[in-house]
Amino acid sequence: MNPFWKVFLSSLEFIFMQRNSQEKAADVENVPPVISTPHHYLISIHRDRLFFVSVIQTEVPPLFVIEFLHRVADTFQDYFGECSEAAIKDNVVIVYELLEEMLDNGFPLATESNILKELIKPPTILRSVVNSITGSSNVGDTLPTGQLSNIPWRRAGVKYTNNEAYFDVVEEIDAIIDKSGSTVFAEIQGVIDACIKLSGMPDLSLSFMNPRLLDDVSFHPCIRFKRWESERVLSFIPPDGNFRLISYRVSSQNLVAIPVYVKHSISFKENSSCGRFDITIGPKQNMGKTIEGITVTVHMPKVVLNMNLTPTQGSYTFDPVTKVLTWDVGKITPQKLPSLKGLVNLQSGAPKPEENPSLNIQFKIQQLAISGLKVNRLDMYGEKYKPFKGVKYVTKAGKFQVRT
Amino acid sequence: MTDSKYFTTTKKGEIFELKAELNSDKKEKKKEAVKKVIASMTVGKDVSALFPDVVNCMQTDNLELKKLVYLYLMNYAKSQPDMAIMAVNTFVKDCEDPNPLIRALAVRTMGCIRVDKITEYLCEPLRKCLKDEDPYVRKTAAVCVAKLHDINAQLVEDQGFLDTLKDLISDSNPMVVANAVAALSEIAESHPSSNLLDLNPQSINKLLTALNECTEWGQIFILDCLANYTPKDDREAQSICERVTPRLSHANSAVVLSAVKVLMKFMEMLSKDLDYYGTLLKKLAPPLVTLLSAEPELQYVALRNINLIVQKRPEILKHEMKVFFVKYNDPIYVKLEKLDIMIRLASQANIAQVLAELKEYATEVDVDFVRKAVRAIGRCAIKVEQSAERCVSTLLDLIQTKVNYVVQEAIVVIKDIFRKYPNKYESVIATLCENLDSLDEPEARAAMIWIVGEYAERIDNADELLESFLEGFHDESTQVQLQLLTAIVKLFLKKPTETQELVQQVLSLATQDSDNPDLRDRGYIYWRLLSTDPVAAKEVVLAEKPLISEETDLIEPTLLDELICYIGTLASVYHKPPSAFVEGGRGVVHKSLPPRTASSESTESPETAPAGAPSSEQPDVIPTQGDLLGDLLNLDLGPPVSGPPLATSSVQMGAVDLLGGGLDSLIGGPNFVAPPAAAVPANLGASMGSGLSDLFDLTSGVGTLSGSYVAPKAVWLPAMKAKGLEISGTFTRQVGSISMDLQLTNKALQVMTDFAIQFNRNSFGLAPAAPLQVHAPLSPNQTVEISLPLNTVGSVMKMEPLNNLQVAVKNNIDVFYFSTLYPLHILFVEDGKMDRQMFLATWKDIPNENEAQFQIRDCPLNAEAVSSRLQSSNIFTVAKRNVEGQDMLYQSLKLTNGIWVLAELRIQPSNPSFTDLELSLKCRAPEVSQHVYQAYETILKN
Repeated sequence: MNPFWKVFLSSLEFIFMQRNSQEKAADVENVPPVISTPHHYLISIHRDRLFFVSVIQTEVPPLFVIEFLHRVADTFQDYFGECSEAAIKDNVVIVYELLEEMLDNGFPLATESNILKELIKPPTILRSVVNSITGSSNVGDTLPTGQLSNIPWRRAGVKYTNNEAYFDVVEEIDAIIDKSGSTVFAEIQGVIDACIKLSGMPDLSLSFMNPRLLDDVSFHPCIRFKRWESERVLSFIPPDGNFRLISYRVSSQNLVAIPVYVKHSISFKENSSCGRFDITIGPKQNMGKTIEGITVTVHMPKVVLNMNLTPTQGSYTFDPVTKVLTWDVGKITPQKLPSLKGLVNLQSGAPKPEENPSLNIQFKIQQLAISGLKVNRLDMYGEKYKPFKGVKYVTKAGKFQVRT
Repeated sequence: MTDSKYFTTTKKGEIFELKAELNSDKKEKKKEAVKKVIASMTVGKDVSALFPDVVNCMQTDNLELKKLVYLYLMNYAKSQPDMAIMAVNTFVKDCEDPNPLIRALAVRTMGCIRVDKITEYLCEPLRKCLKDEDPYVRKTAAVCVAKLHDINAQLVEDQGFLDTLKDLISDSNPMVVANAVAALSEIAESHPSSNLLDLNPQSINKLLTALNECTEWGQIFILDCLANYTPKDDREAQSICERVTPRLSHANSAVVLSAVKVLMKFMEMLSKDLDYYGTLLKKLAPPLVTLLSAEPELQYVALRNINLIVQKRPEILKHEMKVFFVKYNDPIYVKLEKLDIMIRLASQANIAQVLAELKEYATEVDVDFVRKAVRAIGRCAIKVEQSAERCVSTLLDLIQTKVNYVVQEAIVVIKDIFRKYPNKYESVIATLCENLDSLDEPEARAAMIWIVGEYAERIDNADELLESFLEGFHDESTQVQLQLLTAIVKLFLKKPTETQELVQQVLSLATQDSDNPDLRDRGYIYWRLLSTDPVAAKEVVLAEKPLISEETDLIEPTLLDELICYIGTLASVYHKPPSAFVEGGRGVVHKSLPPRTASSESTESPETAPAGAPSSEQPDVIPTQGDLLGDLLNLDLGPPVSGPPLATSSVQMGAVDLLGGGLDSLIGGPNFVAPPAAAVPANLGASMGSGLSDLFDLTSGVGTLSGSYVAPKAVWLPAMKAKGLEISGTFTRQVGSISMDLQLTNKALQVMTDFAIQFNRNSFGLAPAAPLQVHAPLSPNQTVEISLPLNTVGSVMKMEPLNNLQVAVKNNIDVFYFSTLYPLHILFVEDGKMDRQMFLATWKDIPNENEAQFQIRDCPLNAEAVSSRLQSSNIFTVAKRNVEGQDMLYQSLKLTNGIWVLAELRIQPSNPSFTDLELSLKCRAPEVSQHVYQAYETILKN
């Protein structure tokens, strides 16, 4: 029976306990996503401190299951505002109804949020009051219009008084910087998220100044692939509301600028219970924009007991249990570079730590796509009105690590 | 007002209360009650007692209530089958509802109720829904067929639902097509032989069209279905690939991976010279890399698959090494997989980077990961020879850190490096010895002891070092004990004078004080070797060891090819074929990569040769079946393993005659009793010989005419089936002795030694007369020619075909089996010339049924030439006659087991346009006739 599997939400806790005993994994994040038991296979995802587990009896593509589980979690998030145990308990009937609509005998049915919302209305306080008075339900009783059309992602009869189309170009820099400051690995993970509130059936074309940058792209199903292949233009009838239009990857090293540098000196003295800690952050290749929202996180070695540090700006915390040092830096002002220095107290008698902590850095640069990607224009066909259009750029640090 | 209130109901009288509420007149109260019931069901309370009350709520206009009741039904119908019948009417009615949503919901729910009585009622509504005007209903009904099939397969077939489902593949709506494909695939999987998904170019075209338009999940079903199709040639494969490639840019990673599977499979059919092949390789890299930026769960599955892809086609990702660099906050399961792939991609070009990374990882916190990283450095050294020196120095640096587990791991891998590059890095031994005391893991201790023993002559205090281990001998693990025993014996053989005491000590410890049989046996062997023949002991213990191969952890090629067909599935995560772990083995079909059937010519390389499909010029490789192995090794009696089960009884009788009666009765003449072999159908011989004729039709080489004809060597065992050992060979007969001329080629990357050969019992008792002598180890790419003398005194068993010979060859790697057909003329003995009178008498004596007629076409030789040529192969002309311008030759030959064959050969020398020879053969064992004829043809035509 391929692919016969069910999502057991109620038995999560049980399975989780079983896993713990099986794996002896104290760290939940390190539980492998595919586990075999004598009769079943458990495929799971870990999101928002919840495990979503599916139980599988026979051969089935695990990615299929994992993708679906993520879709389930996304849908809960979308419906309840958060994906937590409480939210699921509070809305157990909707959860059931949603799972019913999303899956039939192992075959996914409707996973597009647009369609689901027509079938099952998301809970709002107002609606539950109205429902209890009028006795009506939050289950739609007509077939969603998008369900079977060639554009299943869009419902018919959308109407707005203000027609708007906004695009966010968000780029995250994943990088590993080695001790000496040279880049071991760097790439940009970019996405274009759209918020489209347009009436009717608009047909949009989005073009770029430099589409050549995009050679490794994943598209939302609405995008006409042929058009992109031939003209490098994104042409699509958009879903209604928020959705991810494309995600892309820029990996050639010379295109990935590294906007910050870190000067660091972390040393532990042999046979002494203290060490020195000194880091300074400065701007580099930031295209003249301000780097803000900087946070540095360091997982200190286990033998570190406490840290006595002085920041020139921002504030720091050290959690002596998890050994995580967090320094909330804020903005970089090139005149006075932020630094954090001081003493590290080690457990006395313990050997000097072998491993060097890596620095995890978060930052944000507004109004800049670090790859240089620029939207040229957005055209709309098929409808008569003039929409508001807007594009926003932002660059963030993704998995940005500095080895020391 | 949240649903969590449903979970907090009062305990006592709860069911009773719910019952009252369910029967309430107020709609709202009813609905609330059903919700409470569902909530109780969720937390595992038994609310089955409410079944009739809940079912009563089913007839409602409120869709939400209906759905909830259906939900309840699915859960409890099985435990209350009689009650469930009550629901049938509503289902049937709902299937007629004007609202397609309700029709679909009803047919969907009915399919989920696994109660036989209900399924009977399901058929009619289902039939209607399959032809419903609304595609939403049709696609739901398609899935329902699969559900029903699982409950009652016979019913589905009887009702003709399968055909309806097949029709839906041509539906106008892509979602219906996708669901029909999904349902059919599921049914086909449980009935592998049913041939439900009969894919042909037309249906493939429909699927490809639907692929562009259906939802992401539908795309996965269609792609997985496409992957089972075998295109008829490379052009079709290419056109499918072209239409599948856009899926690589899909946001859903499962779609991407299924597309990768289709492409990887069909690529096999494309010629490497094709431009498109290169394009495709380039297109495959970015999507695979993109998968690695997804959530860790997706990354893990992607990495397991990339591991397979990298082994199959390393060229795809060879420039993408950096994306596999480990981030310190990757989950451990991702880290370990990345490391594995890094080693696979390591090459001379990127080794510096890789080593720098590995060194970095070796200082991380996670112990498992650090160990694997250290091991990886060793594997790099073994894989990339140029980097070995750098790897060794990196390992030494790591040893200097004195971190206990790093040191131990480093010593284990350095041992492997020594085995790969002997006598090259011994200078580091001193450093290793410094860390002797810190080793507490058996594997590291054993490795260190091995090093000390192996290089005892260069370590001044080797005896002291080993002695120090000996103190706690009985507390050591077996691995260490065995190693210590061997190491001390090695030491003794190298420095006998000062270590006599030590060796006696260890031998007595191993043999007298140990309970471990392995240890005792090894101890005794050494003891006896040393006491009887120290020179032999030296040769045995200090023998040159084979070099270790660089890629010991590669997946075996045939398994890899199978796994490539399972990209994206559980099999690809476990790196095992589904048959190895799917329960019950139901629906397991072995998949294999398609052979390349090019419409244009292409250069064949060994890896593209069709796997599993033996071509006519290659002898079959005997399947490694347990019973066959038993046959070969124990030589106990048993029926032949291969061969069609045709007329076993008569064949057996024939065999008896062939071996026993034939000779006696022929020589004894008067006492002859008509052998039962006459009963063997005449066509049996023909079918037996066909294989041989195929074989020889293809051999066009020139044999020597001195001595009997020798066929050119043919490949008997291709390298890909024998882990790199290729065997080709032929049979010869010269001056009364038969031999098998073998050519062994080592196409593996590792040295082969310890060759041995064995034959299975065969029709004429052929057996090696001497062991297979391969003097030196066979190093990679080396070829050796051996002539193996054969005799015919081995055990006898009738084979099918008669001249089939099953051979087992063993080397240090494994045992391999193949079978080959030998030409019968190697069995024609030198004293095969029959006396004239005897010939006449025998010819008359053999019944006419035993006479077989053959034609040898296109043989423009005269009687003289024919006669002399045949005589050199021990077919003797007894008499010659000229009748009406035709030369008649009367000939005799004798087989090694004493069977005589008499022949009449008609030649027409006067007519040059008529070059066919006519051959009549008479023999008491007529099944050999066909093979004798083959021999004639072979001898005369070469």
